[in-house]
Amino acid sequence: MTDGILAAVKTFAIFFVVINIVPVLIWMERKVAAYIQDRRGPNRAAILGIRLGGMIHSLNDVIKLFTKEDILPPHVNKPMYLAAPMIAMFVATITMAVIPFADPMTIGGKKFLLQIADLDAGLLYVFAVSSLGIYGVLLAGWAANNKFALLGGLRASAQMISYEISLGLAVVGIFLLAGSLKLSDIVAQQGSDLWMWNIIRQPVAFFIFLAALFAETNRLPFDLPEGEAEIVAGYHVEYSSMKFALFFMAEYAHIIVGSCIITTLFFGGWHIPFISADWMRANADLLLKINWAGFALVSILGGGYIAKWFRKGKYGDLRDFEPLVIGVPGILTGVGLLGLFVLFGDQVHLTGLWKGIFIAGLQVSVFLAKALFFCFFFIWVRWTLPRFRYDQLMRLGWKGMLPLALVNILVTGWVVLFGGHHT
Amino acid sequence: MNPILFYTFGGLAVVTALLMVTRQNPIASALWLVVNFFAFAALFALLSAHFIAVIQILLYAGAIMVLFIFVIMLLNLREEEIKPRQLQFSGLLGGGLVIYLIVLLVLGLLKIPAAPFEASTEGFGYVAPVGRLLFTKYLIPFELTSVLLLVAIVGSVVMGKRKL
Repeated sequence: MTDGILAAVKTFAIFFVVINIVPVLIWMERKVAAYIQDRRGPNRAAILGIRLGGMIHSLNDVIKLFTKEDILPPHVNKPMYLAAPMIAMFVATITMAVIPFADPMTIGGKKFLLQIADLDAGLLYVFAVSSLGIYGVLLAGWAANNKFALLGGLRASAQMISYEISLGLAVVGIFLLAGSLKLSDIVAQQGSDLWMWNIIRQPVAFFIFLAALFAETNRLPFDLPEGEAEIVAGYHVEYSSMKFALFFMAEYAHIIVGSCIITTLFFGGWHIPFISADWMRANADLLLKINWAGFALVSILGGGYIAKWFRKGKYGDLRDFEPLVIGVPGILTGVGLLGLFVLFGDQVHLTGLWKGIFIAGLQVSVFLAKALFFCFFFIWVRWTLPRFRYDQLMRLGWKGMLPLALVNILVTGWVVLFGGHHT
Repeated sequence: MNPILFYTFGGLAVVTALLMVTRQNPIASALWLVVNFFAFAALFALLSAHFIAVIQILLYAGAIMVLFIFVIMLLNLREEEIKPRQLQFSGLLGGGLVIYLIVLLVLGLLKIPAAPFEASTEGFGYVAPVGRLLFTKYLIPFELTSVLLLVAIVGSVVMGKRKL
């Protein structure tokens, strides 16, 4: 019974995290795009003059999409038209079930996993679920009864089938090195030694995986399914309001999940380079002090940097005070933390449960930091590279990446067989 | 094995199989088959054959049915008007098969008090034991299957080339 409740809580927590990173990513997309194109990006929407650097725009988006008229076109195939966005969002989020966010915690002699299910066929589950993502796109394209949508759906399915093969073959090398399909085993095998991470040991696999992942998530340079210049908006052209928003959210959820998988497979998951989990457990107090002081310092410096932007009479209205509203609390928080550190820093000793929670929190933050970097990378690539032509896309997938992935398996197999790398 | 789950997923499999056969629209038919595969995967998972369950979803629902639907969409098949003669023939064939299956089932049920199954060992149905069996006891069938697949690939390439 308690296991069931725990699983439900974990499921809800992870879903909550994914759903809440989505608007942040949308904000990031707009800001990064703007700075790459040498402009300022969204900076108008505001609550009482506070713009949070354009983040309020994401909130406005949500309200807009919720309150828009929900149009059901008369010519669509109704059940499939309604099912498609649900499938897209569902598939994008349930992949998170097998991703380990931190080392298992031991509470009162009981092991507590920071992942929903540690499946034996872990990575196969990821592939199985992500291969279902095609249905959302395919059904949306077909049910809309619109030739542009159908073309988008067909393009998407052909592309995803082609790249799924490279995606699957790229990680076979990792299976060979880890000797397991469990994601927790793959993370444990990489360990905290940077030179044992799969990005160093399997660089070819990493680049194949990355390129195939871009194709799987339908992001530029592989976003032909929604090529605006040719087929309007592709498969979701007939969707409006929240149904469109589900596709939109599914795209970003896909990016988050993809980043988490890259982090887990190639960048050591929740490991910090050169700092092992055992060392962390032994020196939890020291780590807490470093984090405490570091956080205080960053708050003061960051708050001060933002508050420095304050100019009296720059706009002549409430917006003048925005840097102060954000900067001053930052400085105060930092000073407060520093004061607490000076007063109580020596007396704090982490024991038992608190130690476990602190270490798990640290590992989760490291994992999320790595994953967020890859989310940024997705956006960075989108605004840097132009779109492929369709025949180029297929040629790259079948004639470039597939043979390369096969050669990678062969070479890795030889190394494992003769080099004694097998763990 | 939990009987509630078994009957739920077993019933789902039967219902979706019926729906798949009776739909006129080929796409709807294919989609019910996908749901049917899910029910089957759940049954495999209940039998603690985790690897087979995942592979069922990955290959059948995720790859093969996608290709089916892709082809149906590409050909843009409508709800078919089935010709009367075909219907008669397929009815005959289906009826015969159903009778055959019922006979098989009855014979199977009559024989049922056979030896009970051995309790499954720890890690039964996981990836490693299945792989070990594939590469030791069932190596020859496994390799022959790969040759069969190769033949199919070569055949499809040849057929595709001839049209160009």
